[in-house]
Amino acid sequence: MTTLGVASVVIYGAMFIVPGDPATLLVGGSKPNPEALAAVRRQFHLDDPFWQSYLRWLSGAVRGDFGVSLVYRSPVSDLIASRALTTILLVAYAAIVIVIAGVGLGVLAAWKEKRAGVVITMATTVMMGAPTFVMAVIFVAVFATGLGWFPVFGAGSGLTDRLWHLTLPAFALAFSWIAYVAQVTRAAVRDEIRSEHVDTAHARGVPERLILRRHVLRNASGPILTVSGLTVAGLFAGTAVAEQAFGINGIGALLVESAAKQDLAIVQAISLVLVAAFVVVNMLVDLCNALLDPRAAGRAAR
Amino acid sequence: MSVLQVAPKPDSREITSWGARFDGPTTVACVIVVVFTLAAVFAPVIAPYDPTQVDPSAVYQGPSVAHLLGTDNTGRDILSRLLHGARSSLLGPAIVVLIAAVVGTVIAVSAAWIGGRFDAFVSRALDVIFAFPGLILAIVAVAVIGPGLLAPAAALSISYIPYIARVLRTAAIRQRNLPYIAALEVQGFGAVAICVRHLVPNLLPLLIVQATVSYGYALLDLSAISFLGLGTQPPTPEWGLMVANGQSSIIAGHVEQSLYAGLTILVAVVAFNVLGQGLAKAFMGDDR
Amino acid sequence: MSALLSIDRLRVELPAAKKGMRTVIHDVSLDVQAGEAVGLVGESGSGKSMTTRAVMRLLPEGARLSGEIRFDGISIPGMDRRALRRWRATRVGMIFQDPRAHINPVRTIGDFLFEGVMLDGRLSTSQARERISHLMRAVGIADVDRRLNQYPHELSGGLLQRVMIAAALTTEPELLLADEPTTALDVTTQEEVIAIIDELRRERGLAMLFITHDLDLAAAVCGRIAVMYAGSIVEEQKADALGLATSHPYTKGLLAARPELGRRERRLQTIEGRPISAFEVGDGCAFATRCPRVRDRCRQERPAPTQVPGGRVACHFIDFIDAAAGSPAVGSGGGTR
Ligand SMILES: Nc1ncnc2c1ncn2[C@@H]1O[C@H](COP(=O)(O)OP(=O)(O)O)[C@@H](O)[C@H]1O
Ligand SMILES: [Mg+2]
Repeated sequence: MTTLGVASVVIYGAMFIVPGDPATLLVGGSKPNPEALAAVRRQFHLDDPFWQSYLRWLSGAVRGDFGVSLVYRSPVSDLIASRALTTILLVAYAAIVIVIAGVGLGVLAAWKEKRAGVVITMATTVMMGAPTFVMAVIFVAVFATGLGWFPVFGAGSGLTDRLWHLTLPAFALAFSWIAYVAQVTRAAVRDEIRSEHVDTAHARGVPERLILRRHVLRNASGPILTVSGLTVAGLFAGTAVAEQAFGINGIGALLVESAAKQDLAIVQAISLVLVAAFVVVNMLVDLCNALLDPRAAGRAAR
Repeated sequence: MSVLQVAPKPDSREITSWGARFDGPTTVACVIVVVFTLAAVFAPVIAPYDPTQVDPSAVYQGPSVAHLLGTDNTGRDILSRLLHGARSSLLGPAIVVLIAAVVGTVIAVSAAWIGGRFDAFVSRALDVIFAFPGLILAIVAVAVIGPGLLAPAAALSISYIPYIARVLRTAAIRQRNLPYIAALEVQGFGAVAICVRHLVPNLLPLLIVQATVSYGYALLDLSAISFLGLGTQPPTPEWGLMVANGQSSIIAGHVEQSLYAGLTILVAVVAFNVLGQGLAKAFMGDDR
Repeated sequence: MSALLSIDRLRVELPAAKKGMRTVIHDVSLDVQAGEAVGLVGESGSGKSMTTRAVMRLLPEGARLSGEIRFDGISIPGMDRRALRRWRATRVGMIFQDPRAHINPVRTIGDFLFEGVMLDGRLSTSQARERISHLMRAVGIADVDRRLNQYPHELSGGLLQRVMIAAALTTEPELLLADEPTTALDVTTQEEVIAIIDELRRERGLAMLFITHDLDLAAAVCGRIAVMYAGSIVEEQKADALGLATSHPYTKGLLAARPELGRRERRLQTIEGRPISAFEVGDGCAFATRCPRVRDRCRQERPAPTQVPGGRVACHFIDFIDAAAGSPAVGSGGGTR
């Protein structure tokens, strides 16, 4: 919550920090005429003290009213709403890929340490350094223009077609995060495998499969969940790159476009929404963690 | 039977002995980093062509003796662009990490030293910055200040402070509680003197490790911003920009520009990552 | 007559931090008869836990084992996965030193206890429940139903160790391995827990390998005691014959180093020198670096166990030690059966 509050101040306050007139910024890159500037001042209440105009903006934001974009000449919330579904689909798709592949690889690397551990560690080390836009280029070259399996650009229409179009973007977006989740999962699972209570389970003749499920995965789920959540939250920021790279008309692409045109009203709104999504996911993760760990539950209950 | 094998245990964790403890991957990563740095410094000398020299008669040439990596859609030599691109691509993250390291160290050491409410406040502030995605902060900065290297680099410098300060703070608190610090205090040395002459030098290995790893990710973030067209502006050669620039050629089947630039970024990021982990192992004996 | 558990010239090597292997257990031989309690005593780091881990096949990754360990005539190192699992699940019970670390913190006490019984596969749920309640009461846990629903962090260390004991007994094993079962507990709880172990063991005619660093404690619950030093067993004796004339110098040192109630000594005697690890032992006697009676031969030649009345002692100069009879015997307690 604090994060969200501070973030909103930073996002809104940014335009006041830089030298010059915020109104000029809000009009966008173009050379403004005095009447336009005055109109902007009035619309955004820039002549009021900072805190007043901030609070006005914030209370609007809470109600979903982010004002009107001066570049697109339409309400910011409409612009965002019409693109939201695509972005949410993309994030959800990538999140599922990340959790399945990342946790799977991590568990495999830890459980079959001898056979798979080294290979997966090496692979994930390289994957960690592969940015979304580089993977986008490689995927397009290989799977779209090369093999022709997937479309090159766009988001498609209809659910299946959309998922079809979003496959490459989702994997490009997911790629380095898979590695990250895999590495954290591996470390967590390995710590658990080496823990003393797992020795006890072995000593009591509990079958391997049950040990893995009941004593290793169950206990390692805390850190795995935390890192997965952090990753999914981070994906919202990553959509900017993935959407731009694949020409998908989502919130991220809108953010980049608006930043380039210095359309501050949109940039502020989207940044706030993305940070809010980030914070909400993290809160959900904390909540789940508390439910998963009886010790944490005891502490939380106080 | 076992012979008496009481060789002195190599338990000395001094920095002097780290050279001998680099493993294979770390050595390779180290070499790559050095080579890239040299390429950036000597780009004007070693690059075969002017990186901005357009040649309409030589577009999309494949690799040849004349153009080792071929040419791009306007006939510019890709290798020369990569070499020159190293300059802005590597300089940006250096600025980010330098600022983040200096500010982060000062924050971490003062928080550890002063403790109490100040320390609690600093920790909370670092958490908030940490939760704010760097990429978004950078985009906001661009929207306000305008495209170019300056805005995203400044924004990322702030974003990367927690990555350095959090780890250093924990280590500084541990150091703070060691007897040698108390001994120095008893001898009448001032807080600043102790911090600068003893505490910070002891934190240096950790700082180097964190800075190295951060450098890789800063490089990744900055090149992503350039890719989005919000960072370094053309015609300055830059790796992320080259990937974006080559994108339209991919459909036509010419992947070279994007691919080589992309792979260069990948190799650089991985190298810094591996180097960071290797340094951690060498300095701290961290066997993870 | 073949023993229930028979360890024969066991040697365990572990991968060293750098390269190569380090010996941690050196030619250890030890028998435990059915129904008998044997104490394995030694300073920390002497290899007691590694010995039990070798028996349970719980050695760390990369460990190398040689020698033979037999349970009821069956080779344990030779068992396949299924047989090993079956053996662990039905015929042997293990009590670990630190119950808090050795019981899964995110599952309830009930989960922990039922897991063991149900693996056996012979009991219905209600039978299992009955057996568990019975055992819980036997180890001195009163409100069974409430405890079963609690998590480990809600129980004291002493209670948790009782749970561990109950868990070890649920499958009615023939052998109990107890690795310093009370070291992690505070003193008053220690006594209660030891009493419970001793009583339940006698009632059920269980064999037990009881690991401790405390000679008196071992003598109180065990009939026979093996003293371990730096990965080797230096002496094996009937509990009531320990410390008599023919004892190993190390045992004597240990006995002399005990503080004794009601006798104010100016200064506790200690064994000179630093305890060494098994891998530091050269060709000679493990105790050579600290032995007050060390001769040249001790440094060059490892002494073989010599039969003495009541047991065996690994010392070259056992006959000479005879002359210097010193410390009194330990108070004897448990016997065989
Ligand atoms: N996981 C391990 N890896 C390497 N050496 C170990 C490991 N665990 C114990 N050791 C070494 O093995 C020796 C015996 O340890 P242990 O059996 O735990 O002693 P005890 O139980 O008698 O205190 C010690 O010297 C110890 O340092
Ligand atoms: Mg032990």
